[in-house]
Amino acid sequence: MEHQTKLRVLVAKPGLDGHDRGVKIIARAFRDTGYEVIYTGVHQTPEQIVSAAIQEDVDLIGLSCLSGAHLFLFNEVVRQLIEQDAGDIIVIGGGIIPEEDITRLKGAGIKEIFLPGTSLDEILKWVEENVKPLSQRGGSK
Amino acid sequence: MKGTYEQPGQATGGKEESKRFSTVSDLEIKSLYTPEDIKDSDYEADIGHPGSYPFTRGCQPDMYRGRLWTFRMFSGFGSAEDTNKRYHKLLDEGETGLSVAFDFPTLMGYDSDSPRAHAEIGKCGVAIDTLFDYGVLFNKIPLDKVTTSQTINPPASITWAMHLALADKQGVPWDKIGGTIQNDMLKEFVAQKTFMLPLEPSIKIVSDTIEFGTQYVPRWNTVSISGYHIREAGSTAVQELAFTLADGIAYVQDVIERKKMDVDAFAPRLSFFFDSHIDFFEEIAKVRAARRIWARVMKERFKARDPRSWWMRFHSQTAGCSLTAQQPLNNIVRVAVQALAMTLGGTQSLHTDSFDETLALPSDQAVTVALRTQQIIADETGIINTIDPLAGSYFVEALTNEMEEKALEYIEKIDKMGGMLAAIEQGFPQMEISEAAYNYQKQVDRGDKVLVGVNKYISEEETPIETLKIDEKLEEKQIKCVQEVRRTRDNRTVARTLNELRQACKDDKNVMPYVIEAVRAYATEQEICDVYREVYGEYRDPGFY
Repeated sequence: MEHQTKLRVLVAKPGLDGHDRGVKIIARAFRDTGYEVIYTGVHQTPEQIVSAAIQEDVDLIGLSCLSGAHLFLFNEVVRQLIEQDAGDIIVIGGGIIPEEDITRLKGAGIKEIFLPGTSLDEILKWVEENVKPLSQRGGSK
Repeated sequence: MKGTYEQPGQATGGKEESKRFSTVSDLEIKSLYTPEDIKDSDYEADIGHPGSYPFTRGCQPDMYRGRLWTFRMFSGFGSAEDTNKRYHKLLDEGETGLSVAFDFPTLMGYDSDSPRAHAEIGKCGVAIDTLFDYGVLFNKIPLDKVTTSQTINPPASITWAMHLALADKQGVPWDKIGGTIQNDMLKEFVAQKTFMLPLEPSIKIVSDTIEFGTQYVPRWNTVSISGYHIREAGSTAVQELAFTLADGIAYVQDVIERKKMDVDAFAPRLSFFFDSHIDFFEEIAKVRAARRIWARVMKERFKARDPRSWWMRFHSQTAGCSLTAQQPLNNIVRVAVQALAMTLGGTQSLHTDSFDETLALPSDQAVTVALRTQQIIADETGIINTIDPLAGSYFVEALTNEMEEKALEYIEKIDKMGGMLAAIEQGFPQMEISEAAYNYQKQVDRGDKVLVGVNKYISEEETPIETLKIDEKLEEKQIKCVQEVRRTRDNRTVARTLNELRQACKDDKNVMPYVIEAVRAYATEQEICDVYREVYGEYRDPGFY
């Protein structure tokens, strides 16, 4: 579990829904694992999330949406990251997301979607296996 | 007496000690309760007959024999026209009260053509921009024949104004309409997070509506002090009870101080709203304790003299957060158990969740099953025959006492912090809830708390169910609709009414008469909220976790 550099994670709530139970549980779990966690609070626009992610120099963004607006909001975050030359920040998401939307989200560049009922261990394991600090990742940007 | 009633654990040499038995809220429960556990309870002083102080057994002496609880299904999706059809269907199926679910842009004070509304329109409720939409929503529904609950908070003054303006159009006098606006801003800061203005102006507008309702709309509940969202955010049952009552205390205090009103003038119209989670007896004990604490708070703390001020009347809803996306049909059983708890607990009104709500807004079939669940409880089970049938149970009375004691500890702590507003500013209730939510998740992950279909009895293959889809073309249609209203209304009257509202806000007057005028002139919801935001500023989530 030791990282030379601690993983920096932005946990964010895009859109207008205020259901923050899940996102805050994830933020705590990341913090307890030893990551540096920045939580945006609710009601963020994709612009605000992308700008916070770049400013805070994060390795991973975790998005949560329970209002049904995930297709637009998640994809918009990824699109703006790429536009701002920050497409190497990994984006994952969770919430009330129909199975058929998962393919569309992954196609747009969301790396993984976690649905209700997923244990914290599964999420932490996925991050451990799939996300390295940007400073330690090989290859070009 | 001690030793007369042995706990089985003691009798069997403490074999049960290895496993801890607790409620879903992690409150430890004994294996047996005996007269010893309620030896300090006095029937007259602590329990009382139904309809008598301190109302532990219920507000009315005849309870459901006199009047059944209201079957009130929270409902709204897509356009006003779609939702109106659902309302007519539900009323035809035997629903007895309406409850409007608004979409997120409406809940947050944005019109459908705002960039912030994109992709959210009609998704989690119905899109309402102006009085025009509101008229469509209630097409052929006479407002004096059915009571309506509006589940909305920061813009509640506006949607309520729409209801009043529509009553005028239908020719129904305001003293003939009944209903509720949720309008509970404090629990928004604590739990649901649908906030717009800072704390002080938020509570000021709540007090404005309470004052206005008292004067002009006497059958309206101008605030529904809600534990539901606190619980859904992950609190324990005790926290739900304590924070809801602390919010209630803060509203009463504010109206008395700000409006200089006599407590008995407005307190009878205060209403409450609780969650019904899956731990059957804990929920029943919670609402029985809630009635008793509130009665004592109103009588002893606020010196209310009218017995109706001591009553806690409440709506309840089965716990959305207890439902699972896995094996969704199992949710029908969860909802039935939770609905039974609330009816045994003496609820005045009930929403039963649909089994597909973890996946989408309810389908027609799912919402009908949910409504039928209430009707089966009411008409088949016989529970309405006898009032508060669980009273006198050693366990139920002891648990009721325990819930009360633990809630009072919290309330005392909040009082010491300077009241609920101060506690919210310090993030106290928010952090307590986060902590409880995190602990529960870890218990589920460890298997200490069981969720059937999620961490036990898992099915490898699941049959997908049909869910409601919101028409993607709705957004375009709704945008055209609000723009058409702006084009055809008298824009000078709109500007004038908005200016008058702005001045009223600055002069610290009651906003309601001005909001009603603006709504009548077809000002949009966002135009009115923008006036609020301009004068009062906006609240930003401090992001406590």
